[in-house]
Amino acid sequence: MVNAWEVASIVAVVAGVVGFFTVMRGSAFAAHAIPNGSFAGAAFAILVGVNTLLGLGVFSLGGAMTIGLLGRKGRHDVATALTLVAMLALGALFVSLLVEYAPEVYSVLFGEVLGISPNEIAPTAILGALCILAIAVLYRPLMLSSVLPEVGEARGISSFRMEMLFLAVLALATTMTVPVVGTLLIFSLMIGAPAAARSFTDRPPVAMALSVAVALLIVWVAIAASYETNYPVGFFVGAGSAVSFTLGRLWATWRNRRTGTTKRERISQSPVWGEHTP
Amino acid sequence: MSHFLSPVFASGFFESEAVHIALGVGTLVAVVTGVVGVFTVMRGQSFAGEAFGDLGTTGGAGAYFVGVGPLWGFVLGNVIAAGAMETIGVQRARGRDLATGIVLGAGLGLAALFLHLYTTGHSTTGATVTILFGSVFAISSSTVPLIVLLGAIVLAITLTIYRPLLLSSVNAEMASARGIRVRLIGVLYLLALALAAALAAITIGTILSTALIVGPAASALRLTRRPLTALLTAAGIGVGAMWVGIILAYDSYHWPPHGTIWPVSFFVVMIVFVTYLLSGLPEARRRRRADRTPSESSAARPATAS
Repeated sequence: MVNAWEVASIVAVVAGVVGFFTVMRGSAFAAHAIPNGSFAGAAFAILVGVNTLLGLGVFSLGGAMTIGLLGRKGRHDVATALTLVAMLALGALFVSLLVEYAPEVYSVLFGEVLGISPNEIAPTAILGALCILAIAVLYRPLMLSSVLPEVGEARGISSFRMEMLFLAVLALATTMTVPVVGTLLIFSLMIGAPAAARSFTDRPPVAMALSVAVALLIVWVAIAASYETNYPVGFFVGAGSAVSFTLGRLWATWRNRRTGTTKRERISQSPVWGEHTP
Repeated sequence: MSHFLSPVFASGFFESEAVHIALGVGTLVAVVTGVVGVFTVMRGQSFAGEAFGDLGTTGGAGAYFVGVGPLWGFVLGNVIAAGAMETIGVQRARGRDLATGIVLGAGLGLAALFLHLYTTGHSTTGATVTILFGSVFAISSSTVPLIVLLGAIVLAITLTIYRPLLLSSVNAEMASARGIRVRLIGVLYLLALALAAALAAITIGTILSTALIVGPAASALRLTRRPLTALLTAAGIGVGAMWVGIILAYDSYHWPPHGTIWPVSFFVVMIVFVTYLLSGLPEARRRRRADRTPSESSAARPATAS
């Protein structure tokens, strides 16, 4: 049980940090697509008898790169949608080739945090640290490329390269979070918590910290509730993300009405972004 | 004759009633989804099609839990989803993506709960896979009339609002300036999409249903500009993928591992995916030719928006 808290906390921190950029870049769709690639990887790993994390990692990364490359040519949303579905179809094939599959399928899709063994903490922590490190290293160029891509290009920061790098980080984050929260629900944690945070503040460091805090809260409540009721953790994560998002929106609407300004005006007046807005 | 066909069609293919139903239902669903899909791609709402697939999971899981046929669950779930998306929808595309994503997350979480409650009460555990990845061979003949009815409704809606839908999908402001009630058209289209997605879900599963909606349509729109041709092409690709998928799935009983078939949905999605990739070739070839002779091509061909 203690393992569950530790692993889930690491997952929440990574989801909060990576999710912050996901929301900022509007990559909710990619965050939805990449975990589905990892589903195929997990199914393949189970089928072949390899370490699940390895399967998850390879397929997540492959899916992320495919999305990035395909997004260049055709319409971005169609390419992502079809890659996502093709990955899932592969997963469906692998699953059908397994003899006993139902419980494994369920836990890969919806998460299984209470059955986490102690030797899963270390890999999760290492991968999580790698994600945080990658974000820390890429912070400045990623921020610039996300918010003001043209300025970034002018300064030599290729939007495409940033996109590919970010997708790789997203794939890494997905790999380590899926065993806990499940492929179908990790993205709701990754966008619900940061979206809620951004409703409260615009300043990036604060928003990121708040995003992590909200994610931790959601995950802790989810584990506790799941432990009590025996209902799946994924259910509580999905519900918690929705509640956080809604509360954030309500707050933002209420505050806008009180001060009479819109978010755009507040951004242009804020000390951090004001100088950069055209 | 059977000697010639037997490598392609495994024995018993033409006699099996399950195959007849699968082919019939599959054809209808492919046509319906292809038609609606063209508008979906035009409006850039591929993510919405995805959303219906996921919320259909909630509906299907709920249907199992309540003890009703899954198709009802798909329909109800999708219609509710359409209403929710119409209400939540924000002007900024990004906002719409976020809100849709949040609703998806909540819906899938609910699906997890329903499936958990269902499987703890029953001994069968295949519900998850059936809902998510479909089972076109397991459609009972009693469901067929409902499927036909739903398909007819979708086609009727699409045909009725064809012109205003086309106009508002291509250029919403111009449509609105011409007096078209863009909002109403949007709602009707969303309803048609919801039903089409439900039909796709019953054949190839909820989370794969986007493939039938978006894939053939996107391929068709890459190959032609004319709306009617695109509709026909999309339907054609869908039907082709369905038929080949059903044939291959039936044959796969004899492939390793022997005794189980590979899922129809796997074949259908793969065929659709490969078709999409191939549909990009003519454009790529055209662009390469344009690069070689810049002066002629830029005069002959107006700038293409991608």
